[in-house]
Amino acid sequence: MINYLWGAMILAGVVVGMATGRIGEVSTASINSSKEAVTLCITMLGVMSLWTGLMQVAKAAGIIEALTKGLEPVISFLFPTIPKKHKAREYIAANMIANILGLGWAATPMGLKAMEELKKLNNGSKIASTDMCTFLIINISSLQVVPVSVIAYRSQYGSVNPAKIVVPAIIATFISTIAGVTFAVIARKCAKDREEEE
Amino acid sequence: MNMLLYLSDFVIPLIFFYVIGMGFLMKINIYDEFIKGAEDGFKVVLGIMPTLIGLMVAIGILRGSGALEMFARVIAPVTSLISFPAQLVPLVVVKMFSSSAATSLLLDVYKQFGPDSYLGQLGSILMSCSETIFYTMAVYFMTAGVKKTRYTLAGALFATFAGIIASMVLMKMF
Repeated sequence: MINYLWGAMILAGVVVGMATGRIGEVSTASINSSKEAVTLCITMLGVMSLWTGLMQVAKAAGIIEALTKGLEPVISFLFPTIPKKHKAREYIAANMIANILGLGWAATPMGLKAMEELKKLNNGSKIASTDMCTFLIINISSLQVVPVSVIAYRSQYGSVNPAKIVVPAIIATFISTIAGVTFAVIARKCAKDREEEE
Repeated sequence: MNMLLYLSDFVIPLIFFYVIGMGFLMKINIYDEFIKGAEDGFKVVLGIMPTLIGLMVAIGILRGSGALEMFARVIAPVTSLISFPAQLVPLVVVKMFSSSAATSLLLDVYKQFGPDSYLGQLGSILMSCSETIFYTMAVYFMTAGVKKTRYTLAGALFATFAGIIASMVLMKMF
């Protein structure tokens, strides 16, 4: 997917640049952008390391584990058919916590393990189980407490107060997650009703 | 909204206070742990650097050629119906496919309008409340060996749309 997206962007840029007589700008932009990516990464190195360092302290202090345990009732509500103590629950909880804490890169391995467990529960079927649908919808609705990278970008581009958007962002992400959960719960109920009719 | 901005200032310091405080209470080597974690973050950023270079160059070329402005001008009449700024449409669409590509677009918005402008702030919030729908679905369902994804896409789009509306309403309250 990224192959097409990336290739198309460059080809379209060059073609449009020639058509509009802005090929000089295209040339300068390509060189400047590569340099800019590196300067951005330097800012990111600071902010990201600060955050992952802090989260490592949280992990060592048992905060992450406590949060994962605290999620137990939520998991039971969202995934009523996964047996208690099943590994899938653990992975789903760990994935959600990592996402909430802005550790997206740490969330993916957990999420994939969760999918493998859900696959076993689904008997390896090619049709997604209801639990898989719920899990992905919630995962994609992306509940996040601190949008770490957005804050880093804002500081790089000279924002007066990079963290200014934190609370509005939390509210927005919360609303999108509520919408996702509502959708998933209703869809689960519809799917169950249909099964019973059949 | 001023209250929300005021609260935003507290979120990060309070997380610091809580985590470090808990670390003391649990008697762990907080500084050693911090360094260990920071090292992980360092590696992650170095890992995404080549991706970011590639994508920022592509967006830079698009911007330089005037293609992004053209696109915004073409869709402006449609998005003005729901009073969504046309300049942010590429961001929202691309975010569904690739997070790094969307990042480059967001940075482009910052450069053009500033991170504290209306577009800069709305873009920041949009970026924070959306996910790469198609990418995530592809990777996760591939892992589970699933071909039929049922209502997942509909649910994900519904949640994303709710996030977009919420972002716009929140910005109106500024």
